[in-house]
Amino acid sequence: MNKFIRAFTFGIFALVPMLTLASSGGVHLDKAGNDLTDKESLKRGFESYINYCLGCHQLQYQRYGRTFADLGISDADGVANFMYTGEKVGDHITNTMPAKEAAKWFGSAPPDLTLEARLRSPDWIYTYLRSFYVDPSRPFGVNNTVFKDVGMPHVLQGLQGIRTMDEHGKLSEATGGSMTVEEYDAFARDLANFLEYTAEPSKLERQAMGYWVIGFLFIFLIFAYLLKVEYWKDVH
Amino acid sequence: MIANFMAWIEKRLPLMDAMNKHAAQYPAPKNFNFWYVFGILASVVLVNQILTGIWLTMSYEPTGEGAFASIEYIMRDVDYGWLLRYMHSTGASAFFIVVYMHMFRGMMYGSYQKPRELLWIFGMLIFLVLMAEAFMGYLLPWGNMSYWGAQVIISLFGAIPIIGDDLTLWIRGDYVISGATLNRFFALHVIAMPLVLVILVFLHILALHEVGSNNPEGTDIKKKKGSIKPEELSKFTFHKQYSEKYDIVDAIPFHPYYTVKDLVAVVIFLIVFCWVLFFAPEGGGYFIEAPNFEPANNLKTPEHIVPVWYFGPFFTILRVVPDKLLGMITMFAAIGVLFALPWFDRGTVKSLRFRSKAHMINLTQFVICFVALGVLGTMAGTELTNFIGRIATLGYFGFFVAIWFYSKNEKTKPVPERVSG
Amino acid sequence: MSNAPVNNGRRRFLTAATSVVGGVGVVGLAVPFIGSWNPSAKAKAAGAPVEVNVSKIEPGQLIRAEWRGKPVYVVRRTKEILSTLAAHDGQLKDPSSAEPQQPVYATNEYRSINPEILVALGVCTHLGCAPTHHKGDFEQHVSGVKDGFFCPCHGSKFDMAGRVFQSVPAPTNLVIPEHSFPTDGTLLIGISPGEA
Repeated sequence: MNKFIRAFTFGIFALVPMLTLASSGGVHLDKAGNDLTDKESLKRGFESYINYCLGCHQLQYQRYGRTFADLGISDADGVANFMYTGEKVGDHITNTMPAKEAAKWFGSAPPDLTLEARLRSPDWIYTYLRSFYVDPSRPFGVNNTVFKDVGMPHVLQGLQGIRTMDEHGKLSEATGGSMTVEEYDAFARDLANFLEYTAEPSKLERQAMGYWVIGFLFIFLIFAYLLKVEYWKDVH
Repeated sequence: MIANFMAWIEKRLPLMDAMNKHAAQYPAPKNFNFWYVFGILASVVLVNQILTGIWLTMSYEPTGEGAFASIEYIMRDVDYGWLLRYMHSTGASAFFIVVYMHMFRGMMYGSYQKPRELLWIFGMLIFLVLMAEAFMGYLLPWGNMSYWGAQVIISLFGAIPIIGDDLTLWIRGDYVISGATLNRFFALHVIAMPLVLVILVFLHILALHEVGSNNPEGTDIKKKKGSIKPEELSKFTFHKQYSEKYDIVDAIPFHPYYTVKDLVAVVIFLIVFCWVLFFAPEGGGYFIEAPNFEPANNLKTPEHIVPVWYFGPFFTILRVVPDKLLGMITMFAAIGVLFALPWFDRGTVKSLRFRSKAHMINLTQFVICFVALGVLGTMAGTELTNFIGRIATLGYFGFFVAIWFYSKNEKTKPVPERVSG
Repeated sequence: MSNAPVNNGRRRFLTAATSVVGGVGVVGLAVPFIGSWNPSAKAKAAGAPVEVNVSKIEPGQLIRAEWRGKPVYVVRRTKEILSTLAAHDGQLKDPSSAEPQQPVYATNEYRSINPEILVALGVCTHLGCAPTHHKGDFEQHVSGVKDGFFCPCHGSKFDMAGRVFQSVPAPTNLVIPEHSFPTDGTLLIGISPGEA
């Protein structure tokens, strides 16, 4: 039996590194360092989203009211500061861009971003927003190291400025924007944080519930184990 | 009053008798180990899938236009909807983990050997239906990976000569996978397959209780009537169906002894299950794949189309065969040989503990190959993965060939008459 | 049940304790299954309070609003209607609104917050038909009463405060929904005064 286990374990351990080698690597992503409990960051991200992203990218599965409640914004404040187009609090966060026209303008329709943080990752969003660079061969004059030949213009150029790529593929620091590099990084982090929230609004609730459930199960385990030992006295 | 009522019922439908026969007076070998909990765990997961599945259908919309949005509706708008959905999605993966362990247990201790061949076949049928159930269920979220995964698997049938193309068209009900496909998969996933599954599980348990449970030593706990001295008989009372036919040794009633033991196992399992459910419901991208957070799009293929992890072994076998039709045949053969395992193994000694070194090595290499095939199945195909995959495929089938040869005149250790543990 | 050779207090205690803890677990497990039947965020959004501009309603006129899938009648009652309401108290089943068919703040002689504006569900309390508004020609149904509601399904009759007349199938007065007037001329159906 021991031999079997040893051989088995060896086999698995020899195999995994081999297979890991065989799998391909991706683009390097910077860590956003998100914190879903940071409501101020989420609010800033929400505000930036409304101002810079919503024009093209909907959050069609996320409701205003839920967002207000989760971010600690009162409905009255929310309506005054985050809703510009006369929707109701219970409505989804949508825009009125016609999808067919948009596909013509940008090559493909701007995707809905509700679930972007789960489709890609929060770090991907964070890195992507900071990785535009000058590329005159592209229709909007910019390209992106994370998303090659992306159809999206650098909407945030006014804030970040623009980066250029040298012959080794390295990006320069951004110049010409209204924000410093640190300010812009924080801006991108807030957006990534907000999109991580919209991708799964119940994430914090889920984790909080998890501690209770698992705590309960451990207590139950103690009773079940003592019961088992008690009954098995008959057998041994 | 209540006693009279119970007696009235019992006379017409012997429920208590059935309970005794299958639980309180069912003789189970006293030496079950860790590997014997996975049957119960599979039942627990089955109940979880059925309950959460029923609840999910209450808010799910089986249409091409509404399916994806209705999943997000469940995740956001329905109270506790996210919990029910994660219970179901985590349960799907958990089902395969416990079923694979359960099958491995059967292989390790020879639980498929005579007289348990039919029991093994019912088990294999459950496995087959479970794969169909999972495959159809995976289409329902209507994410892009759901869509393309189904596309790839259904296209397989196109490899069948002559009728292939018409067959795939018929399965889809459209020229591409569409709402029509989704609707029929939904019907099969929520009604037809679960019904068959529950019936098969019922038959599996009936067949088990007819022939009796095997144990880690593979010794028989039911001896010929009259062959055992009275003081050596098990001190417990068993149902007369068993005790009138046999002298029963080294056995304990399933209830309460194994119910309390299994309860401990169930709770430990639930702790692991809940940990995944509450803290890693995506299962590292293996239980819910990232491309599935994008709606199905027939014009945009995900970068790597790989099936969910539990199909990995069979998907790899399909993929490493360079011919489409042969690949499909090989894949189905991989499941077919498992069905025939009781006849590939011509030995009479059941447990690995008393079998030859050859068998030990053979089973070890089988497990390694199976795990390797599974891991490869979740990765994008390259020259290297295909190469390793082919070796592992050979190892997989080699197990059955080898066992057929060495099991006939295998050098085994003597099997003890009685359970030693 | 158990045919165990030994049985003692410890065993009974542990069986009971495990059952109790397990029972708590089952109750906990039932919570999401039961809770998921509550109205979803979508249903709540669709059932959100409805805003109605009442400043444009002519005296005596009725307008219909829809709230939670039900018709809501909003009527601007004239001075004349208001002053004659008490006159037919004797012909009503529940003239003083004793039955809880209205919020406490509308439990008064006019069954409303603002005496002029009647807000009532246009759903007959008999079997759910929509009563028709008779403006000035209600005397064909009740002599001496000029305005009222008549249900065409089974002939139930209500006055201009939604109160039901005697000898008709409808058992109770028309339901007054929660409502409030956040500003003059704006009616909010579905939310009580003072609630945000």
